Amino acid sequence: MSGLLENTSTRAIGADIGRVDGPAKVTGTATYAFEHQLNAPAYLHPIQATVVRGRVREFDTRDAEAVPGVLTVLTHDNAARLADIGDAELAVLQSDEVAHRGQVIGAVLAETPEAARQAVRLVRVHYEERSHDVRFSAARTDLYTPGEAEDDEQGDLAGAMASAPVTVDHTYTTPMEHNNPMEPHSTIAVWEDAGLTLYESTQGVHSVRSTMAELFGLDPERVRVIAPHVGGGFGSKGPLHPPVVLAALAARLLPGRPVKLALTRQQMFDLVGYRSPTIQRVRLAAEPDGRLTGIGIDVTAQTARFKEFLEQAGKPTEVMYAAPNRRITHRLAALDVAPPTWMRAPGECPGMFGPEVAMDELAVACGVDPVELRVRNEPGTEPASGRPFSSRNLVACLREGARRFGWQDRDPEPRRRMEDGWLVGTGVAASTYPTGQMPGSVAAVRFEDGHYHVRIGAADIGTGAWTVLTQIAADALGVPVTAVRLRIGDSSLPSASLAGGSTGTVSWGSTIVAAAQAFRERHGTAPADGAEARAGLPDNPNRERYAMHAFGAQFAEVRVHADTGEVRVPRLLGVFAAGRIVNPRTARSQFIGGMTMGLSMALHEDSVVDPRFGCVVNHDLAEYHIAANADVVDLQAHWIDEADPYVNPLGAKGIGEIGIVGTAAAIVNAAYHATGVRVRELPMTLEHFLA
Amino acid sequence: MNPFDYRRAEDAAGAVATVAADPRAMFLGGGTNLVDHLKLGIVDPDLLVDVTRLLPDGVEPLPDGGVRIGAGMRNSDLAADPLIRRRYPVLSQALLSGASGQLRNAATTGGNLLQRTRCVYFQDVTMACNKRRPGSGCSAFGGYTRYHAILGASEHCIATHPSDMAVALSALDATVVVQGTDGERRVAMTELHRLPGDAPERDTVLRHGDLITAVELPDLPFAARSRYRKVRDRASYAFALVSVAAAVDLSDGVIREARIALGGVAHKPWRATRAEAELRGARPTEETLRAAAEAELAEARPVEGNEFKPTLARNTLVATLRDLVEEERTR
Repeated sequence: MSGLLENTSTRAIGADIGRVDGPAKVTGTATYAFEHQLNAPAYLHPIQATVVRGRVREFDTRDAEAVPGVLTVLTHDNAARLADIGDAELAVLQSDEVAHRGQVIGAVLAETPEAARQAVRLVRVHYEERSHDVRFSAARTDLYTPGEAEDDEQGDLAGAMASAPVTVDHTYTTPMEHNNPMEPHSTIAVWEDAGLTLYESTQGVHSVRSTMAELFGLDPERVRVIAPHVGGGFGSKGPLHPPVVLAALAARLLPGRPVKLALTRQQMFDLVGYRSPTIQRVRLAAEPDGRLTGIGIDVTAQTARFKEFLEQAGKPTEVMYAAPNRRITHRLAALDVAPPTWMRAPGECPGMFGPEVAMDELAVACGVDPVELRVRNEPGTEPASGRPFSSRNLVACLREGARRFGWQDRDPEPRRRMEDGWLVGTGVAASTYPTGQMPGSVAAVRFEDGHYHVRIGAADIGTGAWTVLTQIAADALGVPVTAVRLRIGDSSLPSASLAGGSTGTVSWGSTIVAAAQAFRERHGTAPADGAEARAGLPDNPNRERYAMHAFGAQFAEVRVHADTGEVRVPRLLGVFAAGRIVNPRTARSQFIGGMTMGLSMALHEDSVVDPRFGCVVNHDLAEYHIAANADVVDLQAHWIDEADPYVNPLGAKGIGEIGIVGTAAAIVNAAYHATGVRVRELPMTLEHFLA
Repeated sequence: MNPFDYRRAEDAAGAVATVAADPRAMFLGGGTNLVDHLKLGIVDPDLLVDVTRLLPDGVEPLPDGGVRIGAGMRNSDLAADPLIRRRYPVLSQALLSGASGQLRNAATTGGNLLQRTRCVYFQDVTMACNKRRPGSGCSAFGGYTRYHAILGASEHCIATHPSDMAVALSALDATVVVQGTDGERRVAMTELHRLPGDAPERDTVLRHGDLITAVELPDLPFAARSRYRKVRDRASYAFALVSVAAAVDLSDGVIREARIALGGVAHKPWRATRAEAELRGARPTEETLRAAAEAELAEARPVEGNEFKPTLARNTLVATLRDLVEEERTR
């Protein structure tokens, strides 16, 4: 099925091409949501609840309304009723109820952002406060099993644990983390007779369109969403969150006038989702040579009381290692908090922390090299489903990574190496991420003025979609990239699925291939001006027959200061098997970006909830640490050549998220090798190593 | 933020007179702390008097062998000054360990000294804070205290002073030159900042309208081998969990004099006089260094959430002294 691409002579796919949107970005001319120049905008600033749970009894808005430039104060009293409030998170200003601290309970519209913000501070809110509970713990008695993740048991893990010569049974934790894209969530909303126009920072213009149309009871054709450039999302701009709804409600009060809303960094910690904390009990049962007889993970995560979201951290244990006895469970604690959401490899990222540290503990217990241990437990088929893998090259990644990293002479004894007061160690962990595909995309190809105009409502959230889709279109049409004019990021273009789940390039790219084929079939190689064809994403029957995943191996060198416990990561090296790499430059950027986020997760990121106030208290980028340049030293990403004829016509697997998966475990394992101290909680801060 | 007037002052006396006469006026230096606070609603002045153009912004040698630093000098310029780098490396190192390049380019010497203590509850106006609203209570107790004080705190406030530069200046026995309505006066750096006691709303001993115009460093030859060690949660752009500014005068294998200050542990730069006394006249064995550190930290009182800090402070102090002694020996 990849014949078209195999036969092309132009070969844009695989070429090291710089970002087509690069010049616009470095010259500041790439337009992000808030930057669209519209006439006479008004500015919106949210009013947020300062209680965790209760109801608003009364707003006193006199002082706020007296601020010069204030246009109106928006509350549940004057906000329009929404047509569909099935998603409780999006039922913005539909009642006086407060379900979490920081919830939007109103907003001020003003002529300037300063006036709006000042007026918000002058609004006095009287609450009827109720008791709240935000304490996350695996010992809660009200944990429940979410419907989407029934307990998955094969064989008898308890029996395997009881009879195995070697076992590991520990609890690992990952904290609440916030996505924190560089560009905060921003919206410009304009209501006109024709409908609603949204300039939105989003991972998918069409999903914003359909959701907003449902919420406001509009024909989707009357909603237009524009997002040519997006400054990162990391999952938080996938599903909709309250701010865009708030902006549309406000704009409805000012027909014809653009309403602008950009969240402050502090508001980003209240309103647009986060990664749930996880508590993972991991059990491994093994023979003395390390061969697993049982593997289990029991995950506890949190959700909002009013909206369920499950961090599926047990998922990778379905995929990774062979073992006859297997148990995967998820439990949720429903708390008085805002809903969690997708964040940077949801499921896989936290779910490869506990198990991959446990594998290192097993390697130590068995006296087996941790690379060799993983090789010994390589499954022939996907363990939980029994399906064959479309391709699986974890072992090749481990071997290639070991070779490049210089793993072969490693002395496994911990706490043996000291340089200038720093204890030095190395560690390894595996990575995996499913190769998904989202339905629903359509692409159009039109020949005009000597160029092929390719149109699809895809989103480039900093990943390189502008560039790689241009390359794919060029090869699919058999023309140079300079002959392709791509348009994305607008819901007036043919429908596209979300940039999420590492599915963007493969879903949109496969759709573009189909449209190019349809174009050539209909119009041949010498099309007339104005010739056009479109096609949707074809079904791929192989998806039923094969388990499809990308794999990788990550190696870390860690230094821990013998006096202060400071942790540094001078070296990180990842090797990935992710099918065909469409553009090595943007691919490397995605891999090292993911690995940097993994480093950040390992050492820094931690949203600290103060249970008395029910919110994150370190809610800015001075207190919530993300890896800075100085934390990242020698970071390398490589890949092996992997041909996968089943995944899609491109032979490509998504690479947006796998880079973060396993990084934290590799770093924690290296810290153990450096110090002999086994850390089972993230972030791995210095006090773990103080003596 | 609330609307305010902005005025650029022409001279120090005029700036002082303007601010002193108006309880709702404030000086504006680099703005790296004040502008944040305006946006967060922590302060809401009616008038900002910009003093960045009128303050001296260079380093000049003094006849007594010391140096004088203009209060308007930017942190990045001060860190790069050849005289400072040669004679007081601890100060240059402290400056470069603080904030980010962009912030150091904007922040001034005087403004750096007058940045407020830091605490997440101080920064959130929806939460109680004795510093913001005296008598309202301290939310930090029982909360997030990783960056909070272990020395000299009170039941009213456990915030820490975030400046790295001030820790180095404290170790160097700097003097702060202040212009007030009554003319110029001099305040010892170690006396400039206050412990919280029962008035945590006051970070310094300065009066409303006092303007810092310069900082003077004494002639201190052994400071040429001083150093600043900052321990933090990431490799750059983070506040200190613990920091140490130190200089040691070693001859014939005996410590003649030591200057030590700790950061990240108290409401003010913590001059380690007990450790200095322990070290004076002692031979710098590992045991001596450790005893000195433990003497300084004998009264450390961590709270829930920062129990690790006394050990971290002790280890960091010992390691810094050890490195200094080693450097002296091999000189």
